[in-house]
Amino acid sequence: MTNPISNLRGGDRAVVSLEALSVSYGPNRVLEHIDAELASGEITALLGTNGAGKSTLIKALSGANPQYTGVVRVDGSVVRLATPTDAVKLGISTVHQKVADGIVPGLTVAENLVLSDLAPGGGGLFVGRRSTLARAREVVRTLELPWDDRFLGHDAARLGISDAQLLVLARALRSKPRLLILDEPTSALTAPEVERLFVVLRRLRDQGLAILYVSHRFGEIETLADRALVLRDGRLALDARRPFDWHALLEQMLGRRTDLVLAPVDVRRGTEAVVSVRGVPLLPTSAPIDLDIRSGEVLGILGLIGAGKTELAETIAGARPAASGTLELGGEAYAPKHPDEAIRAGVVLVPEDRQAQGILPGWSVAHNVTVPFLREASPFGVLRRGRETARATVVVDELGVVTAGVDASIDDLSGGNQQKVVVGRWLSGGPRVALLDEPFRGVDIGARREIGARLRRLAADGGAGVLLSSDVDEIIELADRIVVLVDGDVLLDAYADGVGRELVVASLLGTTRADRSVRSADPLPDAESRNEDPA
Amino acid sequence: MTTAVQPRALRSTRSVGSALADGVAKWGFIAVTVALIAYFALTEPSFATSANVLGMLKFIAPTAIAGLGVALAMTVGGIDLSVGAAAGFAVSIAAYTMVIANQVGGIAIITVLLGGVLIGSINAVLVVVARIPDLLATLTTMFVIVGLKLIIVDGQSISSRMTLPNGTTAPGVFTADYLALDRGSVGPIPIPVIIFVVLTAALWFVLEHTRWGRALYAVGANPEAARLAGIRVRAYRAAAYIGCGLLASIAGLLLGARIGQGDVSAGNSLLLDAVAVALVGVSVLGAGKPNAWGTALGAVLIAVMVTGFTMAGLPYYYQDFGKGIVLLVALLFSFTFSRRRVAVVAGSTASQ
Repeated sequence: MTNPISNLRGGDRAVVSLEALSVSYGPNRVLEHIDAELASGEITALLGTNGAGKSTLIKALSGANPQYTGVVRVDGSVVRLATPTDAVKLGISTVHQKVADGIVPGLTVAENLVLSDLAPGGGGLFVGRRSTLARAREVVRTLELPWDDRFLGHDAARLGISDAQLLVLARALRSKPRLLILDEPTSALTAPEVERLFVVLRRLRDQGLAILYVSHRFGEIETLADRALVLRDGRLALDARRPFDWHALLEQMLGRRTDLVLAPVDVRRGTEAVVSVRGVPLLPTSAPIDLDIRSGEVLGILGLIGAGKTELAETIAGARPAASGTLELGGEAYAPKHPDEAIRAGVVLVPEDRQAQGILPGWSVAHNVTVPFLREASPFGVLRRGRETARATVVVDELGVVTAGVDASIDDLSGGNQQKVVVGRWLSGGPRVALLDEPFRGVDIGARREIGARLRRLAADGGAGVLLSSDVDEIIELADRIVVLVDGDVLLDAYADGVGRELVVASLLGTTRADRSVRSADPLPDAESRNEDPA
Repeated sequence: MTTAVQPRALRSTRSVGSALADGVAKWGFIAVTVALIAYFALTEPSFATSANVLGMLKFIAPTAIAGLGVALAMTVGGIDLSVGAAAGFAVSIAAYTMVIANQVGGIAIITVLLGGVLIGSINAVLVVVARIPDLLATLTTMFVIVGLKLIIVDGQSISSRMTLPNGTTAPGVFTADYLALDRGSVGPIPIPVIIFVVLTAALWFVLEHTRWGRALYAVGANPEAARLAGIRVRAYRAAAYIGCGLLASIAGLLLGARIGQGDVSAGNSLLLDAVAVALVGVSVLGAGKPNAWGTALGAVLIAVMVTGFTMAGLPYYYQDFGKGIVLLVALLFSFTFSRRRVAVVAGSTASQ
């Protein structure tokens, strides 16, 4: 096996060290005197809530923000990271969160792999197809990816998200970095894809690479990281080594004591079926399903990407017509052709993609809140400022939205607070059914708790809450009743007090029907550590 | 609300440079307009008279009204390049109705307004139903309408009692009630100025204070979020184009009454001015979005410039240069100096 890491010095030697690293935007200090060492052969997790300074730190290290103060050393010598190219030359490679931004559609996988050769000073004036392929093969070999020549010749735009992630990672490793920075690399991956990525990362670590790993998912950090840095309000709050004391970590992240596992103590059992789905196929290839959504409980629908979660939610919310089958709402036929009809009937959807489907950029918080309820805010069509402000104020207060006020621009809010506004918007109408599709993506744990509490209150007040997620822990934490979807099929439908985490995970893996031996198939080794932790 | 403290503190301590840039973006246009007015008022004695002020407003009314139409199309993230053609079509159709078909002015006005709605509907169908990108769809409509107009009037300008190709005399004339659209006044205020101000105020009210206006802006800001919020996106986009066609035809009515004949070249120069004033409107007061009063101010600025240049004895072709510079400055204010996201994305929303 060839080794992609040159100049391997071995051991736990500091590759990159930061001394009093600070970043200010104007007079506002967002990163304050960070002292840390990132060692070779070690995976260091970087934790922090939204706005804690994670992105700022990554920007400074990747050369995207030269306005930092303090000292950065690479292999002991002081360096200046003025541009991204500088950082790469000094051995710091970064894989950013939005993988799609790193892929050039229309070029082949091979051409994408050796893309840096096309930049000035790259591999010469002419780029031959054959030499590109040869160089791409070399990259593939070093990462031990199962990609043959045919695959390398595909248009990169056709890659799935997991392969795209590996492509970008492989490319980042081409420059033979000493430090690899990964910014939420798993946010769009399914569990098996995460596992595949982890295998690659562990091997790279064992070969001596230093890895800085940013994630919101504690399970992943527990599984993968050797060390954890916790940022809070721009300061380094904790530098911990394995085994992690998750209580201490969470306390440092949030600044308050938090219990780790918060499965609802009171598992509610809803009474009446408010939405009945009958004979609706979720995917073009899947069999029709039946499902009841009951009032007075939170239904957690767990499924990986492509399992049909979003299709189910959008069908019920009138955003996507059902291919066949029928829906009933409160016992009456219900076939919404537009979200407007669903909203009027009391069925609301918090869509999956906050930026693309949720917020109205440039608008105030208040106007973002009221947009589905303009009729109520405008007698005879004339908008009443007071009514808009009142509704928005309730949302801001109920969910603890951090904002300069209801008239502040939504653009000025952090991701978690934007999501609170979107969720609060949809729950502010007192819906009969609220569908939340991946509401916690890119949201810090504080916001997650507040949104979760609001959802449980909706159920307590007699509404039907539906949480759709690909994260087992989110579902276990909030749901009274758990439905597991796999490939458009319902594999589990049970109340939370009757099933354990293992059964849920096993259902997700599709092993319950064919093979009842649950334990052997569990690919999420974080399960036990998370469950036994609170003490 | 204790949570509100921190961001406010952040904002008040922003750097002087960015505060200055914001100030320039917000007030720059008003300052330029005031400076021009002050300059001409000092150098040209007849500039600051009430007669000249009203004359300028009257002169610019058709441009301003067509600009309001473009601004309306921009609210849903679109644009309409057929406004000039629609106004020119209105001029010829009004003349045809009165002179050839021998109808009264009221009938001509109704015919023209229906024509405007029809043109707007064609644009709406092309953009919303046929999903042709708005720039291309309205460009095509522009060609078709200009051609159709020339076919209807046999390629010639129609004037009262003109001699027809078959040797007879046309039966009708430009009626007095129609011509009053340009020549009439209420007290000292010319009717075109009243129509200009009333339409501006009406569009402002609809856009800023009604749920329909809010929905239009929502469609422009994020069509998918608007759809999921229950807004009938396609209906609002169609309505914006129809409204634009209607406003363009009103501009044409005023233009026709001013010229007093069905000049086939009327409206040709209107498109660029109308788009320019709507874009200036986006930058006024750092609005960052198309709006009614900003558009009106953009029109006033052009009127001031054209009148001032003329009084100063500059040749007419200096005007186009001046307008171009004004537009350039407006775009710099909107896109370069403003930290706000600008909601003008013409041509990018047609695939919705």
